[in-house]
Amino acid sequence: MIRLTAAALLLASAAPAWAETHTIEPGEGVQERLQEALILAEPGDEIVLAAGRYALTDGLSLDVDGVTLRGAGMDASVLDFTTQEGAGEGLLVTSDDVTLRDFGIENAKGDGIKSKGADQIIYHAIRVEWTNGPDASNGAYGIYPVEASNVLVQDSYIRGASDAGIYVGQSENIIVRRNRVVENVAGIEIENSNFAEVTENLATRNTGGILVFDLPGLPKVGGGNVLVARNAVIDNNTDNFAPEGNIVANVPAGTGVMVMANTKVQVLDNALVNNSTSHVMLVAYTQEFDDDRYQPRPVQVEVRGNIYGSGGNAPDFAGGDLIAAAMGGTLPPILTDGLHQGLGRGDNVPILTLGLTKVGQPFSEAQPSLLPPVPITSTWTNDPVALPEGMEARLK
Amino acid sequence: MIRGGILLGLASLALAGAVSHSEARTPVSVNDLAIMEGMPKKLSEFGFFYRPRSQESLSAVAYELNTPLYSDGADKLRFAYVPHGETIQANGDGLLEFPVGSALIKTFAFGEGGDRRLIETRVLLHRAEGWVALPYVWNEEQTDARLAVAGARIPVMTPAGENISYRVPNKNQCKQCHVKDGEVTPIGPKVRNLPLSWLAIAIRTGDLGLDTADLPFGPAVAGGRRMPDWNDIEHSSVDARARAYLDVNCAHCHQPGGMASNSGLDLRWEQDDSHALGIRKPPVAAGRGAGGLLVSIEPGAPDKSILVHRMNSVDPGVAMPELGKSTIDAEGLAVIRQWIEEMPAPPSAQ
Repeated sequence: MIRLTAAALLLASAAPAWAETHTIEPGEGVQERLQEALILAEPGDEIVLAAGRYALTDGLSLDVDGVTLRGAGMDASVLDFTTQEGAGEGLLVTSDDVTLRDFGIENAKGDGIKSKGADQIIYHAIRVEWTNGPDASNGAYGIYPVEASNVLVQDSYIRGASDAGIYVGQSENIIVRRNRVVENVAGIEIENSNFAEVTENLATRNTGGILVFDLPGLPKVGGGNVLVARNAVIDNNTDNFAPEGNIVANVPAGTGVMVMANTKVQVLDNALVNNSTSHVMLVAYTQEFDDDRYQPRPVQVEVRGNIYGSGGNAPDFAGGDLIAAAMGGTLPPILTDGLHQGLGRGDNVPILTLGLTKVGQPFSEAQPSLLPPVPITSTWTNDPVALPEGMEARLK
Repeated sequence: MIRGGILLGLASLALAGAVSHSEARTPVSVNDLAIMEGMPKKLSEFGFFYRPRSQESLSAVAYELNTPLYSDGADKLRFAYVPHGETIQANGDGLLEFPVGSALIKTFAFGEGGDRRLIETRVLLHRAEGWVALPYVWNEEQTDARLAVAGARIPVMTPAGENISYRVPNKNQCKQCHVKDGEVTPIGPKVRNLPLSWLAIAIRTGDLGLDTADLPFGPAVAGGRRMPDWNDIEHSSVDARARAYLDVNCAHCHQPGGMASNSGLDLRWEQDDSHALGIRKPPVAAGRGAGGLLVSIEPGAPDKSILVHRMNSVDPGVAMPELGKSTIDAEGLAVIRQWIEEMPAPPSAQ
C-alpha cells in the first residue's frame, strides 16, 4: 500500500476523504487476514466483516486510531473463539476514536472485547456471548473498556460473563444505554469511574443487575457522579458463579442495583422487579485496605422515582432469612449496611438498615432495623454526560 | 556512552551463537534506510547477518541478559545495532538509551547444535517517530525470514520434549509488551540486567559513562543496582532471584503505564511497596484467572497465591504471561513458589 503520507498529514482533519474500506470474508487463513487488516489499517479506514462465522485461534487486536470495525449484524458476523489458544481476550483495542459495531463474539477464553486507554470508543450493537450460559469457566468481562475518557456502549447484548457483562473501569465520561445484559454475574458494572450514565438497559437473570463500585489500591480511585436511570432490572436471581476472590463473588444473588463506596450516585426512575435479595443496596467496602485516597462508604446516594415490584423474598446473605421473617417474609426494597452518608430518599418505601457503625464490621454484628422516615435532602445533581462533538456522528 | 564504531570491538561475541561454518558468507552491510522507514518484507533486507543461519554479524553486537524472559524454552540470540559514529547513553543502572537508527534484534531458536532451527526474529527499530516492532518468521531452508505482521503459529518441540503450537506474536502483540505510557520501548537492555563481563568489555573498549569501579560487584540484592541470574542458586538469594524473574517476565505489563497498569500490580525490580507487589492484594479484573484464590500473594502459602496459579496454567484466560507462553516454566515457578513459601507474613494493614 502506498500512501501520500505528507498530504495525509497536511489534511489530517479530512482523513475520511482517503478512508478505505477493507472487506474480510470468513474462511481459510482468516486469523492472519483479519489481523493483518487490523494492523495495516489507516486512520479513517473501515474494516467490514462479511456475514459468516470466523473461526479464530488467537486474540485479535487493533492499535490504529479512528478505525471502524463493522459486521453485518450481531448475529450475522460472528467471531468465534471457541478454539482460542492464546491471548487474554477476544479483541483488544488500544487506540483512540475506534468504532466497533454490528458483530458478535462467542466463547472468548478470557474477556470478550477489552479496550485499554482507548478514548472516544464506541461499542454499538455488539453481541458478546458465552453460549453455554452461566459457568465459572467463562471469561470475565463481555465488554471491557478501562482507563479511558469518553466511552459509549449501546444497543449491545452480553450473556454468560463470569464477572460483568459490561464493565467500565477506571474511566470517565461514560454512557451505557439500551443494552441487554442477561445471565452474567454482574449485568453492568461501573467501577472506579466518574461521570457515568447507565440508562434504559435491560438487566435480567444476572446475579446482580447493575453495580456501581469503587475499590482501593488501584491507579484511579474515587468513583462517583453516576446516574442509574430508567433501566429495567428484573429477575436478577442467578446463583453467583464468579470465581471466588473477585469482588463480584461477594454479590448476593437477587441484587438489583448495588452501590459500594462511590460519591454522588443517583438511582432514578428504574423498574425494579423480582430481585429476591434487595432491589437497591448501599454498602461500604468490607475488606481491609491501605489507601489514603479511598472513601469506603457510599456517600450522597439518591434513590427516587423507581417502581418496585415484588422481591426481597429469598435474601442471599447470612441471616437474611431471619431478618426477612421478622419483617413479615420479605426484605424491604432498599437495604443499607448503615454506613452510607447522605441518603437522598425520594421513594416512599421502607429502607432496611443493618445498623453497622464501622467500616469493615462483619455482618454478624448487624443490628437490623427500619430507617426512620427522612426528608428528601437532595442538594446536588449530576450534570448530563456530554460526549465530545462528532463522536456519535460516527454512527451515522 | 558506547560509540557505535567501538561496539564492533564486541562484535566477536556475536559469533558465540555460531553453528555452521560451512554456511556461505553473504557480503552485506546494514541497510540504514530499512531501519528508518517502511516494513521490509524480508529480514535479509536489513543486512544484519552475513551468515543468516549461523546468525553471524559483523555490524551488530551480541548481548545476553542476566535474567532473560521465558519463551517456552526457546534459545534466544540477541543483537544490538548502532549506526556508525552514533552513541549509546547509559542511564544509571536502567535502560540503555539507543540513538535513532539503532536496532535491537532477537532471534528465537529451538534445537541443539546442527539441529538448531531458527523460528522467528523480532526486530525493534528506533525511528524518528519512535520505536517500531516487527516480527519475522524463518523459512524452512533457514536462509531468510519473512515479515509476519499478523504473527503465526508454528509447531515446535521444546527442550523439555513437549510438542507445542508456538506462537509468533503479531505486530500489535509486540507492542503490548513493549508499550510504556503509550510509546513502544525496549525492555531488555538495562545496565543492571547486563552481565558484568559484557559491561566491563564495553567500558574497556569504549566509554559506558561508568567506571569499572562503579559496576556493582558482589551479591545482587532485590531492588539494587544489579539483577542476578535468576537461576544462580549459589550466588544469589531467593528473594533477589524471584524479584529478578518477576521483573523480567511480568513487569513489562505489570507496571504503571504498562498494559496491565489497571490491575494495580507492579512487579518491577525497584518496587518496594508490598501491596503493589501483590502481597495480600485482592484481584481486580482477574475473572476466572483468580482461580478462586483471594490474593495475588499470600505469604507462606504459594498454593493460595494467584500469581502461582496463573504461572502454573497454559489455559488462555488464566495463563500469565498472556502472550509468548505456551508452556509452564517449571523452574521459574519453583523459584516463585520458594520465595512465597519463605516470605514472612507482613503485619496486618488494619
